Amino acid sequence: MNSKLYDKIATIYFYVVATFLIVFLISLISYILYQGRTRLNIDFLTSPPKFMEVGGGIGPQLFNSIELLIITLIISVPIGLGAGIYMAEYAKPGLLTEIIRLSVETLSSMPSIVVGLFGLLVFVTMTGWGYSLIAGALTLTVLNLPVMTRVSEDSIRSVPNSLREASYALGSTKWQTIVKVVVPAAMPGIITGIILTAGRIFGEAAALLYTAGMSSPALNFSNLNPSSPTSPLNIFRSAETLAVYIWKVNSEGLAPDARQIADGAAAVLLLMVLIFNILARWLGSILYKRMTGEK
Amino acid sequence: MKKIEVRELDLFYGEVQALKKINLDVEANSVLALIGPSGCGKSTFIRTLNRMNDLIEGVKINGTVLLDGQDIYKEVDVIELRKKVGMVFQKPNPFPMTVYDNVAYGPRIHGIKDKKKLNEIVEKSLKAAALWDEVKDRLHKSALSLSGGQQQRLCIARTLAVEPEVILMDEPTSALDPISTMKIEELIEELKKKYTIIIVTHNMQQAGRVSDYTAFFLNGELIESGPTDQVFYNPKDKRTEDYITGRFG
Amino acid sequence: MTVDKKYESKRKAADVFGRVIVFISALLLIIITVSLFLFVTSKGLSTFIKDGISIKEFLFSTTWNPDREVPAVGSLQFIIGSILVSVFAIMISAPLGVSSAIFMVEIEKKLGQKILQPAIEIFVGIPSVVYGWVGLTVLVPFISKHFGGLGFSLLAGILVLAVMTLPTITSVSTDSIKSLPVEIREASYALGATRWQTIRHVVIPAAKPGILTAIILGLARAFGEALAVQMVIGNRPVIPKSFLEPMSTITSIITMDMGNTVMGSVWNDALWSLALLLLIISFTFIIIIRLVGRRGMYK
Repeated sequence: MNSKLYDKIATIYFYVVATFLIVFLISLISYILYQGRTRLNIDFLTSPPKFMEVGGGIGPQLFNSIELLIITLIISVPIGLGAGIYMAEYAKPGLLTEIIRLSVETLSSMPSIVVGLFGLLVFVTMTGWGYSLIAGALTLTVLNLPVMTRVSEDSIRSVPNSLREASYALGSTKWQTIVKVVVPAAMPGIITGIILTAGRIFGEAAALLYTAGMSSPALNFSNLNPSSPTSPLNIFRSAETLAVYIWKVNSEGLAPDARQIADGAAAVLLLMVLIFNILARWLGSILYKRMTGEK
Repeated sequence: MKKIEVRELDLFYGEVQALKKINLDVEANSVLALIGPSGCGKSTFIRTLNRMNDLIEGVKINGTVLLDGQDIYKEVDVIELRKKVGMVFQKPNPFPMTVYDNVAYGPRIHGIKDKKKLNEIVEKSLKAAALWDEVKDRLHKSALSLSGGQQQRLCIARTLAVEPEVILMDEPTSALDPISTMKIEELIEELKKKYTIIIVTHNMQQAGRVSDYTAFFLNGELIESGPTDQVFYNPKDKRTEDYITGRFG
Repeated sequence: MTVDKKYESKRKAADVFGRVIVFISALLLIIITVSLFLFVTSKGLSTFIKDGISIKEFLFSTTWNPDREVPAVGSLQFIIGSILVSVFAIMISAPLGVSSAIFMVEIEKKLGQKILQPAIEIFVGIPSVVYGWVGLTVLVPFISKHFGGLGFSLLAGILVLAVMTLPTITSVSTDSIKSLPVEIREASYALGATRWQTIRHVVIPAAKPGILTAIILGLARAFGEALAVQMVIGNRPVIPKSFLEPMSTITSIITMDMGNTVMGSVWNDALWSLALLLLIISFTFIIIIRLVGRRGMYK
């Protein structure tokens, strides 16, 4: 009889833990959104921050975050996909494969502040670029590559072998099989992975403090000359992102409404991450359904 | 005329010998059925004919396989070979693309880009696979929305689209219902006018219905081969007789 | 089908080219990892080589006066700070994380997959500055009001990190529990065991390597986390004497000071040495995980 009682107690315990976590998450999210609610408007999202006075926005920071995300994805997705293809389709068990695997694991658990310092040394100082978008993007690439490699490798591995055989049996080369059959079949998984990593890149701050910098020159959106310091297209300008801004406002915020600004920025950041998350799920399931023909 | 000649063929998976000294000829424009209990090496054998075993780690092959007198392991490029020797698999494995793109895949990878020509090939191949009437209105729907039997015929059409000379079929109906099976068997009857067909089957009746020649495998050895009637009703080897009668009884 | 010789050689060239390209991509991962190690190591060692500070002083002294005439860069307080904050955080998040993993796999599969799983994924996705910000604006004042002190404290750091490591531990343990064969559960139930007995005596022991991996990964994340911790611990370079006192960690001192120091100064070099220390610790965690994983995984 005793064992049944213990079983009951245990079950109740597990329910309590699970409920607690859900309630905690919901209250965390609602709290952040509630605190930032007054700032979730176009004006706040587009206007530049103000120094020492009330009413500044986060326009340049939001723009920088998006631009940095795009540049990072442009660099890291092809390389990560390539490495994933290599690991899933070409790598033979052996020392080299083992070293690549160890590299991926090491990089993916490397503290982002350390990666940031590496970026400071290589992409900021050695290249002479200074704090810049491109230095930030390359640093984020170092952070994102192992994740991208793993996501691609896993998705490619899960493509059934029968598709590869069918392609080979028709006389295609290995590369044709990979490009025309395997990678397209792995696409739903890869795209879901890209969007989820995008959320991570968007929220990253520690690796950017000393690479993309903690200041943002005023941007002139009609200036499309990539060498001009105020042009949004200039990848050598320093570019503070939204996540970095939240950190900075807390430590050295000079505007009287610094608290509200950070509240608003945190809400925006959270919303973006939630959107990435939902988008990934939605797109993943749509692509999957289309692929399996149950439209 | 002999299309394929196999001489003293051995195959090893690592240390394990899966095929032992196989000698077998295949007549052009005929259907050869490979029968035998599971694990006897018939599927392994059929995969040596288009070198699909190359893809498996640790496979070693001795002996020769001649296609039109040329050694496929020494004198023929593997991609050329697979174009000439098509294959239909046990489970239908259409690509996750449209019906059209599935059939056009082969011609495309071999360099045909002309839209009109592709259309022709797709239509011709689907007709030859007796699928055209069922799918002509949904060529641009996903191939995975077809039924199992239709998918298998699509895979046959996909194979035909590269104009092979030999078609290998590895238990092509084992995953299908009786009606779909019947359709595929009728199709094989039709296809042998133009192609040489080698079919692996575990179904005696099917071997009896569709094949001109039969080869019986046991434990990696070719026990007996010859015209189907002879192998079925007048087997020379006791083991063949046991297998066939055991199955029929 | 007619063969176009030119096309034929073109696609064979593409076959080789593709192979080379993906191989280079994979090599790049090794190159990045190796150069990261080389650069951080060479910078990190200059404290000991160029500035002549002994490793013993760096690791075991608590005198942190990097801006004096004769700089002292004893970093023991940061190392202890990092250990305290991470280990206590894991002591909270590990039981909760493993429990919720068990809930998801063994107790309420459907509910777990529909609600808890996505919730955990959202937890993972929330940026660390947001955790830090909530810690700063909610947790710190709360601690100050109810327990006294400034609120910036070891306790605040522990709680923030507990929340941040929870999803890591949950999702990795979930995967490992999920991968257990159904048969071992059936065997237990068939002997008349209750669900709790099955969980305790069969599921948890069998999933142990995976759960251990999850906990080490969580610990690694806690150790490496910079901003969220830095925002709530008060950043005083001392070993805290109670849960309510401010403190510093390896990551927090790097975050705070890197921008204020000149490259090549002793102060700056010491920060790089701390980064090297972090790198070594994080690599050690990876090696431990590999060793744990190799031992007795359920196959």
